[in-house]
Amino acid sequence: MSETAVKTEKKDLTIVCFSGDFDKVLAAFVMATGAAATNRKVTIFFTFWGLNVLKKDFGRKALGQGFLAKVFNFLMGGRNKLPLSRLNFGGASPSLMTSMMKKHHVATLPELIEAAHALGVRLVACEMALHILELERDDLIEEVEDIVGVATFLNESENAHIIFV
Amino acid sequence: MEFLDITHETCPMTFVKVKLRLAKMEAGQELEVILNEGEPLNNVPASCEEQGYQVLSIEAVGDGKHRVIIKK
Repeated sequence: MSETAVKTEKKDLTIVCFSGDFDKVLAAFVMATGAAATNRKVTIFFTFWGLNVLKKDFGRKALGQGFLAKVFNFLMGGRNKLPLSRLNFGGASPSLMTSMMKKHHVATLPELIEAAHALGVRLVACEMALHILELERDDLIEEVEDIVGVATFLNESENAHIIFV
Repeated sequence: MEFLDITHETCPMTFVKVKLRLAKMEAGQELEVILNEGEPLNNVPASCEEQGYQVLSIEAVGDGKHRVIIKK
């Protein structure tokens, strides 16, 4: 069977990453990399809290122009500040969880993000959420391929499985 | 022949590492993968075949581990 014939049988996968919780983002990237590694075309559409994963600054930074945007962006933080959805213990849990993951040879979030990029997973950011938070393209990591609206996201996902995280 | 041991990896890095290694190889080259029974054995060879690669052999090497030879 030819490669293209097989590929058409597999549905594309689109993951809407709304959450900025460490554990939920982890689930999104496990599904994305697993699907991409088993020959599916994968897109992750990041919106609202999910945008924290894409910020160039992994820590806390007061991004945006207005006072409220700066406060929100500072408090929301970047990839290294994602809270656990439960039992966050004031932000201590994600690093505890990461050490448990390493102990059990489970890929950590940065490893999964790197793998997703290497596998060609398409990372796109929600235009509307970026506007609200006054974030610019330059505030996001280079791996972000596009900034799109809901119409583009729906058109591109017409024949795909859509998972909301 | 290239070599890859994924017995210490868990899902999804089992698939990810095999896929990325094969992507870097030239057509015609072979890859020896050592993997565990269960999920990796059930799905890694099948997923390679789907991509158009050839699974030349699968043999048990003891301890629940298997050696799979894949040709790109």
